[in-house]
Amino acid sequence: MPTVAPLDLEGHCVAAVFLNDVPHFALADGAIHRLDNGQKTVQANDGLLAAFHDAANDRLITGGEDGKVFAVKAGGEVSELASAGKKWVTSVAAGPQGAIAYASGKTAFVRFADGKIKEFTHPRSVEGLAFSPKGMRFGVARYNGATLHFPAAEGKPVELEWAGAHTGITFSPDGAFLITTMQENALHGWKLADGKHMRMSGYPGKVKSLSWSVKGKWLASSGAPAAIVWPFTSKDGPMGKAPLELGTRGNTMVTCVACHPSQDVTAIGYEDGMVIAARFADAKEVLLRRPGKGAITSMMWDKEERRIVFGSSAGDCGVIDITA
Amino acid sequence: MSDAQTQIPVTVLTGYLGAGKTTLLNRILSENHGKRYAVIVNEFGEIGIDNDLIVESDEEIYEMNNGCVCCTVRGDLIRVVEGLMRRPGRFDAIVVETTGLADPVPVAQTFFMDDDVRTKTKLDAVVALVDAKHLPLRLKDSKEAEDQIAFADVVVLNKTDLVTPEELEKVEATIRAINPAAKIHRTQRSGVALNEVLDRGAFDLSRALENDPHFLDAHDHDHDHECGPDCDHDHHHHDGHDHHHHHHASDIHDVTVKSVSLRGGEMDPKKFFPWIEKVTQMEGPNILRLKGIIALKGDEDRYVLQGVHMILEGDHQRPWKDGEKHESRLVFIGRDLDADRLRKSFEACQAA
Repeated sequence: MPTVAPLDLEGHCVAAVFLNDVPHFALADGAIHRLDNGQKTVQANDGLLAAFHDAANDRLITGGEDGKVFAVKAGGEVSELASAGKKWVTSVAAGPQGAIAYASGKTAFVRFADGKIKEFTHPRSVEGLAFSPKGMRFGVARYNGATLHFPAAEGKPVELEWAGAHTGITFSPDGAFLITTMQENALHGWKLADGKHMRMSGYPGKVKSLSWSVKGKWLASSGAPAAIVWPFTSKDGPMGKAPLELGTRGNTMVTCVACHPSQDVTAIGYEDGMVIAARFADAKEVLLRRPGKGAITSMMWDKEERRIVFGSSAGDCGVIDITA
Repeated sequence: MSDAQTQIPVTVLTGYLGAGKTTLLNRILSENHGKRYAVIVNEFGEIGIDNDLIVESDEEIYEMNNGCVCCTVRGDLIRVVEGLMRRPGRFDAIVVETTGLADPVPVAQTFFMDDDVRTKTKLDAVVALVDAKHLPLRLKDSKEAEDQIAFADVVVLNKTDLVTPEELEKVEATIRAINPAAKIHRTQRSGVALNEVLDRGAFDLSRALENDPHFLDAHDHDHDHECGPDCDHDHHHHDGHDHHHHHHASDIHDVTVKSVSLRGGEMDPKKFFPWIEKVTQMEGPNILRLKGIIALKGDEDRYVLQGVHMILEGDHQRPWKDGEKHESRLVFIGRDLDADRLRKSFEACQAA
């Protein structure tokens, strides 16, 4: 029977992650709480808006209302990586070789490990950022499509067009597909080899959480009363295939998904704070946490695949141990 | 799920550069009312704004991908409001100050069309600042100045000390011609009482039409001075009905927005609702605002309506009072509206 170790915090949790196997909770006020032999807290941004878990460097990259970008490491080490000025930093991402990207208004910035910063200005606001898993390449979600940049080289960016406002972005783990979330209730995708479009629509709400399963075989998403899980096993992705619908509930919506590191299982967090795990093969569900005070906003599995750290919009966070 | 969360009111300030927006904003922020505001600006002006919580955002108009050209929202506001509302304890209300050339429609529609924004905030009123001296010039060189007035719930006619009484009358008549439903305040140095611009509930159906005494019967008050000598609209109907209607193609040059005020008796709900839905579907792009109080046959409550382009909201408001005339009134403000057709089709919805 799974057990939950709760941690009641004040405010909206933007990101709940493991750093060096220690649960960390980044709140909207910029406080980073951790459960490391008792609750400890350090301060990052004055107003934290965006966070990205940099797995390669085991750190959390944060951006915020103060226009700054911080790196938070296990043990409470907080370092300022960049300052973009008086505008909000609304999106951050981490890439290969210690590079990070952050967005402020119409500009995307890439900061390389040596501290050198390169700017990429767009005609419209940069809504979302993601690095490709292969090569030094990153994508920008923007109005009417996405833009791919190659920050280590000179040369023109690649423009991918699709009408509408694209708000978030992710590459498949093999780098073959680029997926965006949209202002309307849909995902859009491009097969990068040939630019083929993929429309994934039918959601009753906006999609705000995406998670790739092991080896990128599936893409789980929020935005519906069930986790919508699209198959990416064939070379054309999910086109012409129906998605799985896991953990369907009648009275609430899925707000967060986090796929298991090695099995075809996803953790599903709901608007009422409930968390379950569901298996793709047979849709079997296990209740992990009963409903709480706020919508689940962030989840992550630990390396041992034993614990899930979660955060909520009301601050009732915690750690689920699925083996206990 | 915490459904007890109260919606934060949002006031939108529009108006040309130099009309006095920042002065009004600083008054809102500095007067002793015990409220804290989050301010969203599109550009830091030359005059400083003295507030703890100011967010600068780039105006970002997004057309919704649904084939409707008037379904536009402000992407930057969606993002900023979402960010602000993650720490709601910091402020009691939000003020959005738009740039001089901003289109107020996407700003307003954001608060109706985006689910997240709509859950957490509510549009309180759109306030337009107008420079009494420069308005005629502004109307000549831009559509935006006219749109801002046409779309406003409250017009602050500012800098009245810089014009003669005759000029002021003329400017006010122009504003009235563009928007008969707005409340107009004549001021100097943006000296309007703050309770006239804040907490208006202009989009709140239960309040909207209560605190707008001018609204819907504007022509009863203002008829005489808003029509110039070459006024070409019908002052009286000769069709035997005693329903009034009133439509302005203003005598004032450079004005392309007109209003159509309709009046009728009790409506047949089976006819009225399909009609108003069809009108907003077909004429939506031309309708900037619509407001109405409808008497439905067999219904003891007043039915109130308000709309922006194709967005239409309606609800039962309160019972008709004893002795209150069961009358339906509806105003459209927009462009290229066919007043006669609207009037005839509106009247055809009346209960037998």
